[in-house]
Amino acid sequence: MIIDHPLLGPRDAQEFVILGDAGLIDRPDWKADDAAEAFYEYQYLRDNPAGTHRELWYHEMGDRSWLIVTRDTVTHAVLKVELASQRRRT
Amino acid sequence: MTQTNRLDGGLIDRSTPLSFTFDGRTYGGFAGDTLASALVANGVRLVGRSFKYHRPRGIISAGSEEPNGLVELRAGARREPNSRATMTELHDGLVATSQNRFPSLRFDLMAVNDRFSAFLGAGFYYKTFMWPRAFWERVYEPIIRRAAGLGSLSGAPDPDVYDRGFRHCDLLVIGAGPAGLMAALTAGRAGAEVILADEDFRPGGRLLQERIAVGGDSGAVWADAVIAELASMPNVRVMPRSTVIGVFDHGIYGVLERTGDHLQTPAEGKPRQVMWRVYARRALLCAGATERLIGFADNDRPGIMQAGAVRGYVNRFAAAPAEQVAIFTNNDDGHRTAGDLAAAGVDVTAIIDSRPDAPASDVAELFAGAVVTGTSGRLGLGGVSLRLADGGHKHIHCGALAVSGGWNPNVHLTCHHRGRPVWQDDIAAFIPGEGVPPGLAVAGAARGIFSTAGALADGAAQAVAQLDEIGIRAPASKLPDSEDAGFAISPLWHVPGKKRAWLDQQNDVTVKDVKLAHQENFRAVEHLKRYTTLGMAGDQGRTSNVLGLAVMAELTGRSIAETGTTIYRPPYSPTPIAAFAGRSVGREFRPTRLTPSHHWAAEQGAVFVEAGSWLRAQWFPREGETTWRESVDREVLATRASVGVCDVSTLGKIDIQGGDAGAFLDLVYSNTFSTLPVGKTRYGLMLREDGMVMDDGTTARLGETHYLMTTTTANAVGVYRHLEFVRQCLRPDMDVQLISATDSWAQFAVAGPNARLVLQQIVDPQHDLANDAFPFMACADISVCGGVPARLFRISFSGELAYEIAVPSRYGDAMIRALMEAGEPFDITPYGTEALGVMRIEKGHVTGNELNGTITARNLGMARMVSSKKDSIGAVLAGREALVAEDGLCLVGLRALDGGQVMAGSHLFDAAGPVDAAHDRGYVTSAAYSPHIGASIGLGFLVRGAERHGEVIRAMNPLEGRSAQVEICSPHFIDPEGERLRD
Amino acid sequence: MNSKGGRPGGYSGLRILREGLTGNRGWRPAWRDPAPQPAYDFVIVGGGGHGLATAYYLASQFGEASVAVLEKGWIGGGNVGRNTTIIRSNYLLGGNTPFYEMSLKLWEGLEQDFNYNAMVSQRGVYNIYHSDGQRDAYRRRGNAMVLNGADAELLDAEQLRAEIPFLNYDNGRFPVQGALVQRRGGTVRHDAVAWGYARGADRRGVDIIQNCEVTGFRIQNGRCTGVETSRGFIAARKVGCAVAGSSSRVMQAAGLRLPIESHVLQAFVSEGLKPIIPGVITYGAGHFYISQSDKGGLVFGGDIDMYNSYAQRGNLPVVEDVCEGGMTLMPMIGRARMVRMWGGIMDMSMDGSPIIDRTLIDGLYFNGGWCYGGFKATPASGWCFAHLLATDTPHEVATAYRMDRFRRGAMIDEKGSGAQPNLH
Repeated sequence: MIIDHPLLGPRDAQEFVILGDAGLIDRPDWKADDAAEAFYEYQYLRDNPAGTHRELWYHEMGDRSWLIVTRDTVTHAVLKVELASQRRRT
Repeated sequence: MTQTNRLDGGLIDRSTPLSFTFDGRTYGGFAGDTLASALVANGVRLVGRSFKYHRPRGIISAGSEEPNGLVELRAGARREPNSRATMTELHDGLVATSQNRFPSLRFDLMAVNDRFSAFLGAGFYYKTFMWPRAFWERVYEPIIRRAAGLGSLSGAPDPDVYDRGFRHCDLLVIGAGPAGLMAALTAGRAGAEVILADEDFRPGGRLLQERIAVGGDSGAVWADAVIAELASMPNVRVMPRSTVIGVFDHGIYGVLERTGDHLQTPAEGKPRQVMWRVYARRALLCAGATERLIGFADNDRPGIMQAGAVRGYVNRFAAAPAEQVAIFTNNDDGHRTAGDLAAAGVDVTAIIDSRPDAPASDVAELFAGAVVTGTSGRLGLGGVSLRLADGGHKHIHCGALAVSGGWNPNVHLTCHHRGRPVWQDDIAAFIPGEGVPPGLAVAGAARGIFSTAGALADGAAQAVAQLDEIGIRAPASKLPDSEDAGFAISPLWHVPGKKRAWLDQQNDVTVKDVKLAHQENFRAVEHLKRYTTLGMAGDQGRTSNVLGLAVMAELTGRSIAETGTTIYRPPYSPTPIAAFAGRSVGREFRPTRLTPSHHWAAEQGAVFVEAGSWLRAQWFPREGETTWRESVDREVLATRASVGVCDVSTLGKIDIQGGDAGAFLDLVYSNTFSTLPVGKTRYGLMLREDGMVMDDGTTARLGETHYLMTTTTANAVGVYRHLEFVRQCLRPDMDVQLISATDSWAQFAVAGPNARLVLQQIVDPQHDLANDAFPFMACADISVCGGVPARLFRISFSGELAYEIAVPSRYGDAMIRALMEAGEPFDITPYGTEALGVMRIEKGHVTGNELNGTITARNLGMARMVSSKKDSIGAVLAGREALVAEDGLCLVGLRALDGGQVMAGSHLFDAAGPVDAAHDRGYVTSAAYSPHIGASIGLGFLVRGAERHGEVIRAMNPLEGRSAQVEICSPHFIDPEGERLRD
Repeated sequence: MNSKGGRPGGYSGLRILREGLTGNRGWRPAWRDPAPQPAYDFVIVGGGGHGLATAYYLASQFGEASVAVLEKGWIGGGNVGRNTTIIRSNYLLGGNTPFYEMSLKLWEGLEQDFNYNAMVSQRGVYNIYHSDGQRDAYRRRGNAMVLNGADAELLDAEQLRAEIPFLNYDNGRFPVQGALVQRRGGTVRHDAVAWGYARGADRRGVDIIQNCEVTGFRIQNGRCTGVETSRGFIAARKVGCAVAGSSSRVMQAAGLRLPIESHVLQAFVSEGLKPIIPGVITYGAGHFYISQSDKGGLVFGGDIDMYNSYAQRGNLPVVEDVCEGGMTLMPMIGRARMVRMWGGIMDMSMDGSPIIDRTLIDGLYFNGGWCYGGFKATPASGWCFAHLLATDTPHEVATAYRMDRFRRGAMIDEKGSGAQPNLH
């Protein structure tokens, strides 16, 4: 596979390590009343779509960027690549 | 040596005669031959035995689809079983041996199977061999296993070298037949970066095998001219002997180049094969088509071949399959073969054309509307029986039968992303359908365009279209003239009859097997394939699948289109395992990292051990020491008595800087670091988000906004990745920067009561090491040996007064020598990882043995370190009910009684009671002989262990029949109050 | 049904002889193709190994007569027909070992039980170790096996060399120090497992319905009353899903989110070769395991591709990684040729262990999360799922496989990799 790094251009996926669902960015608030439940869902439950999936890749053999890659899990087509640190916090 | 079946002409180099052996007998051939063509030229028809019935078999094809002509090539450690004779370029001295026969190819005892075929039909083994139960492994299976398989591996390590390479291009053209040559030419002339790959050693494809003129010359002459022009273009790379084995994601193609297989042995220092990863913006599949056979009784005798292959042997290799050849066809192609044979002077004894309206022939007697109903001959074809159009019967003598059942486009690569071919009625074949890999287009016969002129035009047109998609304008090339015949076929899949008619010759699957599969409801194409093994051999059913599907369609009354097809998987052709591995094998399997003091340690005669990717000194044997324990005990005692030194550079080091560095550490560590004073070091406990301990280590505060974290050796990479995740994904708002400094610093532990005295010899005098000035857990940037920058940490893994001193890596070797010199008066002792391990167990420090990913801070007795006053990773989920249960595991020390031995991996049981899973109370994680205690000791996790200090329990190792009485104690075997650390 | 195929239509050597002599005309369909009934007591979604085994045991052990298996394609088309055929019970943790040991025991009598030769071949599983630490971890595991009634042996390098001389003992990157061996482990002909269960279930009255895709669940008042399918609605008292690989997709139709990700695991097979590999061998310093099929093919595999995928195909880096490990451990296989590579979609769970449990919806039961251990689990999974469906209580060896274990913190994490599915 090839990942089009926003800074470095197309790179072989072998340079990267994948973590998983990009939902891991949205870490719950530890002080919230439902923190235990929120952390459980955050850590353990997944949409696991057959189709478009936002996921986290780390350019370990490169510039050490964490990227949000939007990729189709059926065709493996990469639809979008962003720097995780540049995302607009929601 | 006479080559009995050699004709005039052909594309072989008669000026270069070659000699080879087959089953020990010597034969002659010429450069330009394949092993198959040389065997044909020598009149050798019998080349192997079939998989199940051990039927005599001969060569069928002239290409990589060959199901029968499989031999063991070469000898000794280079023996290659199941090598296709048709793909083996002949070289002088080539050694080939037939396989799957005993005692000889002509007389094979296992051929008795053929007599019992009524009992050995599809899936027979699923229905028997069940009683008595114990007989399967002991009796039935060994017999089946010995009978199965074709060739044998040598059992010796492969002596050859394999390489990997990477290439990039605008257009990868797969196949150098008429379509591929025209495509490459068009793209090359347009200036595109082109790779043209072909599995043959000579490009040209079917142009080499036919007598079809192209642009007024022979096809071979035209192909040579095109190749010469391509070779002159710097933007074009022609790769003969190169098979595109697979299409992977995003335009990545696996291409196996056989760089050394046409030689007796690869040239000195050169690889046997190279696996190229080709990154192609676009690719064009011009892989041609494969001819099908027809099912009829005993259609597997040596001498029965594809009609197109017969043309190939006659035209390209000047080799006649036999003196008398008959033709059996359901399309016009058989007539082409008859014409070529006649032109070469070979006697064509009959053309049997199943079509009642077969075109007339002026080269041989034509039997229109007739079919072959049987064959004769034991080890080779003697003749064929016909059923004539009028129902009459006839027998015809022939030593070879050229069969054409139609052509299957080579759609294989289009299926590699699980695309499904679709049926096209007018050519009675599957062509590429939905799901062709993005960026891959198909041209020529591979998509059912069978005429030479059609292929040339399609190759050029598709190249233009593909380049256009990536913004390269390619002018249309002028097309050479060539034949543009139509393709007329009336499908005939098999001739019904009582005897067996083979569909898949490599796996011995017959029409009867398909019928049985139908009868037993294995009717889905995948069930048919798996039940009968149709198409599951090395050729992936290239000559057989469609026949089998057609027979099934006939039985179910559905069309072939409705029946559907199985799909092909990579690799396109069988590919050596070694070729995928390249050079990353043996000692080079993974990189080896050496510590800064490695060469010095080697000089000392150290024994080294693999620690992840590192090689570390395990112990330093001295003369007279006969066991490793002697060395390790000495190192431990000497360190505790005076001073020892150990290279700890492998520990991960992460430099953390920024205004929010302290807050960042508060988030990633359970305990607090923002309050750590500058110049101090603190032990840190790091959890995963699920609450399990991820890693531990010390982190020093070198400045107001500057920390240095250490990690365990094993987790250095993972912790750094995790920290970057936290920084970039969770807290991009924080002012913090990270960099791995593991490789930048050589770091040595100097431990023991005399550690300070040693260090004072080398630390520059302005730095005061006195206990008050530089107390336990202090850290500082200092200089050593007259100005070399260094960092000093007063931390201890051994439990002794100890320091870790770091210098830039390039000074590592000098540093260890300086330390040894400075320590000489104190008899300083270098120690390795074993002594390090003993001392950390004695001190009760945990490492990877304990931090196994299922352990919480609570299990370690460190629950209080997980601050509840701040947000830290893992704190919330660490509070889940099962993780805070009262009867959880606790870290304990274990001391063996009565001279017994604690063994890591033992399970813990109460002093009395059953030893079974229900009474399992925990396990031993680490163990060592402690020369300090004078007994075998260990660390382990025990249910309610913290409450049980002083009890005697059992450490059981039933796996090895060992056990020990152990006393539960604090994990801190030495100096539990930590007084030595603070001296 | 343990007699020698005495039942009419049973399989036996004698029957082969009789059929062979009479033109093999008497063989009957291995299973029928019935039209779906409007309602069943039990509907099993998924005609893979686990679904078919569940139906088989519902009929044979729990006496259930109204059972259907719904398969969207052809039975056995999922992972039961795509795996590397290994069976073993060499597990470490209490939640797992008894379950897998039950499975291994079921394998040992399976062929006689369902009257189908699935070629259960107990030629041994060798897990090679390469360091003292790894040996200690294997010792802990081997002891856990022994304590649970499984067999295990710990061999040192010399003992291993005597059994398997062709490993690279002297020139590998990581030393071969020995192996944890389970001699009762081995391989099974994978397709035959699906077919054997299908045939056995069919003969006990189970309707196996192929080309019948479940498109939704009918849920009324918190209770599942049946399934919507491509062939119409089918009512059911209880619905059990055993669709590993597609678990998230199917359960989403019931509004459930799972602790599961789908990943692709590749596998490879060589051409047929004369016998050379004795049992199953796994490399402890890389990702590689291998066995040799009865047909002679070297069957091998390694790690998953790491990225989420439903594509049933993988990429070159993992192929190369697997072959590097293979060549380093046993350099004699270099000239053997790979003939096919393929991929299966794994239900990778959050702790590497499976789920056999009720769901929040009454009447809807779930079996999945098998990671790449599903094949060896087939008999016990079917038995335990049937037990749960029939009795509404978990089987005693499957009590730990609960859906809520992550919420409670009772993970069954053999590798200790934590909540990252691609590391299990």
